[in-house]
Amino acid sequence: MTAPTTTTGPGGDVTGPHLTDADVVVVGGGPAGSCAALVAARAGLRVVLLERGPFPGSKNMYGGVVYPRILDQLIPQWWTQAPVQRWITRRSTMLLTDTQAMSVDFRSQAWAAAPHNGATAVRPEWDRWLAEEAAAAGAQVVCSTTVTGLLRDGHRIVGVRTDRPDGDLTARVVVACDGVNSFLAKQAGLYEHADAAHYTVGVKETLALPKATIDERFNVRDRDGVDIEILGGTGGVNGGAFLYTNLESVSVGVVLKVPKLAAQQRRPEEIIAALKAHPAITPLVDGGELVEYSAHLIPEAGLAMMPKVVADGMVVAGDAAALCLAAGIWLEGVNFAMASGMYAGESVVEAVRAGDVSETGLAGYRRRLADSFVLRDHRKLRRAPSLVLSDRVQHRYPPMIANTIERMFRVDNPAPKPGLRRILAEERKRAGVRVRDLARDAWDAMRTFG
Amino acid sequence: MSATGGPRSASTYPSLPFTERMATVEFRVHDRAHIVVDAAVCRDCSVRGCVVACPANLFVPTADGGIVFNYEQCFECGTCYLACDREGAITWSYPEGGHGVVFRHT
Repeated sequence: MTAPTTTTGPGGDVTGPHLTDADVVVVGGGPAGSCAALVAARAGLRVVLLERGPFPGSKNMYGGVVYPRILDQLIPQWWTQAPVQRWITRRSTMLLTDTQAMSVDFRSQAWAAAPHNGATAVRPEWDRWLAEEAAAAGAQVVCSTTVTGLLRDGHRIVGVRTDRPDGDLTARVVVACDGVNSFLAKQAGLYEHADAAHYTVGVKETLALPKATIDERFNVRDRDGVDIEILGGTGGVNGGAFLYTNLESVSVGVVLKVPKLAAQQRRPEEIIAALKAHPAITPLVDGGELVEYSAHLIPEAGLAMMPKVVADGMVVAGDAAALCLAAGIWLEGVNFAMASGMYAGESVVEAVRAGDVSETGLAGYRRRLADSFVLRDHRKLRRAPSLVLSDRVQHRYPPMIANTIERMFRVDNPAPKPGLRRILAEERKRAGVRVRDLARDAWDAMRTFG
Repeated sequence: MSATGGPRSASTYPSLPFTERMATVEFRVHDRAHIVVDAAVCRDCSVRGCVVACPANLFVPTADGGIVFNYEQCFECGTCYLACDREGAITWSYPEGGHGVVFRHT
């Protein structure tokens, strides 16, 4: 990390493009910011990456799985150096009611070999590694520096104000990667308004267990790991739960829709306690020692909440641009952050070289997002977040499905086996699901995931 | 494992006091509060989503009907201001650079 004294600048009085402290100021040393800084620094631009924590990743928390293939373009053979806990070779999608559990369990040993698929990683390690890559490319990484606002010249954004003495820093372009709360995107007027219904809060426990215990309980070996996504297990609050294996710990937690959490009586740690007490979960986590408790907001609504991502002199990437995919069976964010950061970096390089850092000059960013998986996945899955978090999917379908399967497998002799259609019809009525709603949701699911 | 607290057993969790849960997390506390709560606005709020939703349990109702907020062990997540529907009740910013929560195992 570089000494911060070199970041102080002449203030907001910018009179020409060559009088700025830097070509690019990137705010936030998460995966979006580091990828943006890496690309811009490699192209020879003067890049300053500001991180408010004492090191990159120190403010960051997520469920626990990253899908890093986008890094193929930035760091060839990244898997030989990335700080990975375990490679995901088993994916379970689990449905929980108070007393029942149903899993769809998939494993592929192909994912144990390079280039792999998903990996568990902890963010203080992962984000620090990516920031070091940016620094190695020539970006100046400055930690322990909070950005408190934007510098403007008329409507143009010309830098940032930091909390250091004489801490104004001018730049031709600001890349706002300041996370889910993005006060910079809000200050620039890019968000219409923050709707609490668009956010979930992720709360988790990191529980230490010996590697051999994890291997045995989760039925894996070596660096192979398991990803369990759970519908239910959230104490009646709309959201979901998760359980991931790190090398010598497991991450167990819940993701809770903020307004629903706020409108009931159980606190997040009580909801996690109930999850850990579930008969399907206890044997996996029992005896784990709490090494860290943590929480973070998630922008959950996809396209419905996405802000404008380009302004005069500024682009927005990662969680700051709500680029997080919460689509039920797909839960991704770090890959969207890394990709949007990379595209932001490329577009900034293009704009600076062309001498036009206006909204028009930076429009290549929006185009790159639109042409890549970043916006294509979001468009394809635009209906998924509201469907997955809907009351029927959250509260009515899990007992309907679990009870149907329980009765299907229950051998109730001397009674003969009932027909599956009859069971399903009865359980649908018992769960209070109307046929037309079921049909509509099935149609929605087909359109969304098909 | 943690800088400020020892490991705790999950099987004994139900009796784990909240202070010990929070002791697993490192906080570098600055003397300026980065979040300020206006108790006068909170006084006539009956919803109080912040009290149940704050993962760090920093919003504490007082006997006289107010709210006491402790900023020291804040995750800086933002749940409170989203959960709050009272204009002006919560003034929210990030702590000074280098301060606040420091995650290690997230």
